[in-house]
Amino acid sequence: MKNFIRILFIITLIFGFQYSSIAAEKVEYLKTDWSFKGLFGKFDRSALQRGYQVYTEVCSSCHSMKYLSYRNLSEKGGPEFSEAQAKAIAASFEVKDGPNSDGEMFTRPGKLSDKFVMPYDNVKAAQAANGGAYPPDMSVLVKARGGGVDYIYSLLQGYEDPPVGFMLEDGVYYNKYMYGNKIKMSNQLSDGLVEYSDGTKATVEQMSKDVTTFLMWAAEPHLEARHKMGFKAIVYLIILTTLVYFSMKKIWSRIETKV
Amino acid sequence: MSDHEYNPKSKFGKWFNDRLPLLTLANHLTDYPTPKNLNYWWTFGGILTFCLITQIVTGLVLAMHYIAHADMAFDSVEHIMRDVNYGWLIRYIHANGASMFFLAVYIHIFRSLFYGSYKAPREIIWIIGIIIYLLMMAAAFMGYVLPWGQMSFWGATVITNLFSAIPLVGEGIVTWLWGGYSVDNPTLTRFFTLHYLIPFLILGLVVLHIWALHVPGNNNPIGIDVKKPSKDTVPFHPYIVIKDGFALLMFMIVFAFFVFYTPNILGHADNYIEANPLVTPAHIVPEWYLLPFYAILRSVPDKLLGVVAMLSAIFILAALPWLDTSKIRSAVFRPLYRQFYWILVADVLILGYVGAMPAEGLYLLIARIATAYYFLHFLVILPLLGFKEKTLPVPLSITEPILGGSPNLAAAKNKESFEK
Repeated sequence: MKNFIRILFIITLIFGFQYSSIAAEKVEYLKTDWSFKGLFGKFDRSALQRGYQVYTEVCSSCHSMKYLSYRNLSEKGGPEFSEAQAKAIAASFEVKDGPNSDGEMFTRPGKLSDKFVMPYDNVKAAQAANGGAYPPDMSVLVKARGGGVDYIYSLLQGYEDPPVGFMLEDGVYYNKYMYGNKIKMSNQLSDGLVEYSDGTKATVEQMSKDVTTFLMWAAEPHLEARHKMGFKAIVYLIILTTLVYFSMKKIWSRIETKV
Repeated sequence: MSDHEYNPKSKFGKWFNDRLPLLTLANHLTDYPTPKNLNYWWTFGGILTFCLITQIVTGLVLAMHYIAHADMAFDSVEHIMRDVNYGWLIRYIHANGASMFFLAVYIHIFRSLFYGSYKAPREIIWIIGIIIYLLMMAAAFMGYVLPWGQMSFWGATVITNLFSAIPLVGEGIVTWLWGGYSVDNPTLTRFFTLHYLIPFLILGLVVLHIWALHVPGNNNPIGIDVKKPSKDTVPFHPYIVIKDGFALLMFMIVFAFFVFYTPNILGHADNYIEANPLVTPAHIVPEWYLLPFYAILRSVPDKLLGVVAMLSAIFILAALPWLDTSKIRSAVFRPLYRQFYWILVADVLILGYVGAMPAEGLYLLIARIATAYYFLHFLVILPLLGFKEKTLPVPLSITEPILGGSPNLAAAKNKESFEK
């Protein structure tokens, strides 16, 4: 057993190294309690629904979410809108389809199986509309940024006046948490920008948290299932390991050698 | 190999075994006499076999859903993560499995270094092991390219560009490797093909690795030759099987923790951004298990010499059985080597750390010192130690603590008594 503690020590040492090398690049991000962190972490259902609202009303005019479908909105472990609600949400979007039997493209109301409608036809169009900067697709955004959810959450609240002498070009804004402090997205959130149907007060902080939660789910739609299964798997492994440990002791007791 | 003849009991068994001695093989594997003092560092061989099988099985399933095309690879990975049943589980096991594989192989290699398992008569086992390790690095590198994220693309660009350091034909070779004038679709499809092929080559080499092991038998923590079978050995089954099983389960708990709770911690965030040939990431870093060699590569100012240094750092290991001149295997009886061993471990960890950092200023200086020490250890310290070091007395057998043996003395004695 002693050796095992040593092995574990070395393992933590190696990974500790990794951690510290990653941590060295970090700025201090704003902290908040995420319901989806930890062994039993789950999404806050109403935060996801509010987050979706912020996404559609604010972000979606520039940012696509090409890997999500409207059906995902009613799936287990997500915002869990009822199927009727998800259908209504999908139907509120115009989807380009075709060609029909006349060989022509047409638009129709969205269905559950449709992917989220994109704000621009292509990357070039998105760049042209945004001063040359491409608003990144948000489907896996929180996994594609070093600081993850904390980074996104902080960035949304990180707009402030630039320090004296800090040069900003036209169409570039100062953000405390952005790499190089220059960002091409202007401050999008302001208190009371959206009206939450559940009566939650739409402060900038609240909206940032809600939409970041929504983005986390978008990037990891099976997070809840993963945590649930992980707990079961690890408990199972621990029990099995204990049983095997005692069997091993028994078997090795036939000869006079310590295991 | 087993000393006694094996005779199947049933008539059919005998008929079959006379034509294909599978039963003899099974009997050999269960009876295989193993030193009874093997500690838990010896369980990583079994753990590595588990890792290889896990990678092959999960990889097969992933390959059923993955599309090796520059325009579709990234999308197909997201398809696996979202819409394939338990695709997220399979992919996270495969991605973290690579890290676990390397973690285990590094422990396995450093165990061998500590207990002198590479020394005669086990040189061939060791060299096959080094080839397996090389193939693992190739497979892991190509596997990291397949999701076609930013780190995939730029990692592939950096590594394949190393070949351009070869004088005269370098540029031509790089174009040939890419199948074009930059990393693109042809590169991706051939990497996928090779990534599929290499694990089966590894599997074949693992069979040879184990076969070569079963000729002289296991080394052991005190590094002496053991008479087989004897009081010093136990049959592989059930003693070693249950012990390996227990260690494997402990390993799986760590593995499961990564898969279920921090599946992305060992990867780079940039790889969730689709590959874009027009945007270079701020830092291009390989996966953690390749960092020490990356540090060696970057610590040499000349490109060609850097590549040579990096490759030598790996190939020098193959010459280890001849660089280490000491007759004593186990570091337990080598007080000086033991200290240098731990310095080497620290040196490799430091190389890994600076490999993740930008190659400038203090980091570069540390990388250079650590690189120099790495080669110093193998080329100067090890050969000299064999002559200078005062080793401690070695016991004659595992069970009887009689001192005064040498690694080959016990074997010599056994042989003597056998000849009498």
